[in-house]
Amino acid sequence: MLATRSIKNDAKVAAIDLAITMIDLTTLEGADTPGKVRALCAKALHPDPGAPNAPRPAAICVYGDLVAEAKAALGDSGVHVAAVATAFPSGRASLDVKLADVAYAVAAGADEIDMVIDRGAFLAGHYRAVFDEIVAVKAACARSAAAGGGSAHLKVILETGELSTYDNVRRASWLAMLAGADFIKTSTGKVAVNATLPVTLVMLQAVRDFREATGRQVGVKPAGGIRTTKDAMKYLVLVNETVGADWLDPDWFRLGASSLLNDLLMQRQKLATGRYSGPDYVTVD
Amino acid sequence: MSERLEVLKTYKLYVGGKFPRSESGRVYAVTDSKGRTLANAPRGSRKDARDAVVAARKAFPGWSGATAYNRGQILYRIAEMLEGRREQFATEVAEAEGISRTKALASVDAAVDRWVWYAGWTDKLAQVAGGANPVAGPFANWSTPEPTGVVAVIASQRSSLLGLTSAVAPVIATGNTAVVLAAGASALPALSFAEVLAVSDLPGGVINILTGHPAEIAPTLASHQDVNAIDLTGVAPDAGVASARDLEIAAADNLKRVLRPEAKEPDWSADPGTGRMLAFTEIRTVWHPTGH
Repeated sequence: MLATRSIKNDAKVAAIDLAITMIDLTTLEGADTPGKVRALCAKALHPDPGAPNAPRPAAICVYGDLVAEAKAALGDSGVHVAAVATAFPSGRASLDVKLADVAYAVAAGADEIDMVIDRGAFLAGHYRAVFDEIVAVKAACARSAAAGGGSAHLKVILETGELSTYDNVRRASWLAMLAGADFIKTSTGKVAVNATLPVTLVMLQAVRDFREATGRQVGVKPAGGIRTTKDAMKYLVLVNETVGADWLDPDWFRLGASSLLNDLLMQRQKLATGRYSGPDYVTVD
Repeated sequence: MSERLEVLKTYKLYVGGKFPRSESGRVYAVTDSKGRTLANAPRGSRKDARDAVVAARKAFPGWSGATAYNRGQILYRIAEMLEGRREQFATEVAEAEGISRTKALASVDAAVDRWVWYAGWTDKLAQVAGGANPVAGPFANWSTPEPTGVVAVIASQRSSLLGLTSAVAPVIATGNTAVVLAAGASALPALSFAEVLAVSDLPGGVINILTGHPAEIAPTLASHQDVNAIDLTGVAPDAGVASARDLEIAAADNLKRVLRPEAKEPDWSADPGTGRMLAFTEIRTVWHPTGH
């Protein structure tokens, strides 16, 4: 019953704009070019040229080698650059390689690192190995004092589509949070099953319980397969109903998506003009 | 043994090759010319119209990209499927339009023949409407009609099957996809006709059929930014719905092609000519250097 016909007018306008600010606008293709990344950054800076009041998404999410390109395009606009790392999407590489991957992206200016856990180790029961790896990656997120200090935000991708059970999702969530994750993220978008509402519910419950137990708040990012405004509304309702308004903020909830932004913009145009919009009025990504 | 209960058909919309109920959950009673209730039809909403446009847009690349020959085969297949159900449609048309069964049967046969007629036109219109142009320069130059895109059709509310066919067949023959609003007498035969389309190898979404109140749905289609043309045939001057003028104004916003309604109901049994096909095509002209 999430997001039925009851979300209308002003509530819908607010929800659409909130959803836009929560998007990690993503391109993770083998065929990504610097030009494509620049185009995506331009889109993040001016999502709807016909409506200058359209908010910007939270971040651009790219592969590590394209971070510098994105960073140059976005400048100090406030739109973050997130980089996937640690041998994304499979996570099949030695720890040294993974840490080098992270360090490279951080040095290039990534504000956020989206790492994948070692699902093979997790499913084999080697939880300690998974935990230690996250701790090591978290340490690699630290930026040198020369580069401004601080640390890139760490999002830990559980790849829930490969974890089989909700118990595993909950266990992996806790493990990631205890190891220092700033965000837990459902999926890479590269396997058959990506973000689903039930899995996101489990993860939301986990971050709620974790804050209860430790006092530390952790963000949640469903990613993959969220394409329509209606999908996005369902997630927002889920967040509000499960963990409350504390998480209804781009600092604590993100949507990993690419085509979703266009659908949100078309709905936004509909609400502004009363006319249904169409794909001719948004970018071809 | 107990008496058998008649199984009545639940009329449903036809969108994207599927038969959904209206997302609004509403129905309305369709009456015959004497005011007797024939059945409940789904009362389509603005969102149904939007969904239908999305389905039509999705189907457009495949349908417009299909060879004209293949489109002709499929239109002919529609005629074949319709022929097999002429008795059923004769009954439905007679009830809906309040005419005799003999007249209804003639109307159904005319509709079948019209599909065959347009099936033949799919790979011939380019020769008639296009051609090689003589130009004063070293160029090969030719023009060809291309489909306009997604076409909204407000179908005749008086002539159910023949009027519907005469409006929709020319739209899809050239490669457009259609969102059809069938109201008045057309509603029930149109929804039954969707069952013919569903088994005619016509890709889902090429023709989408909505029923409901034109005053509610027609303005949505007219103002929709992803609809490229609109046929206002079924908006009769005396229909008491949003007037054709209002719809034309709404349609102007994204420069839709508009086929204006005629002052009175067209004679659907007359030779249709190529006018309706050409109303929803764009002439593309190509200049190609010949290297002299």
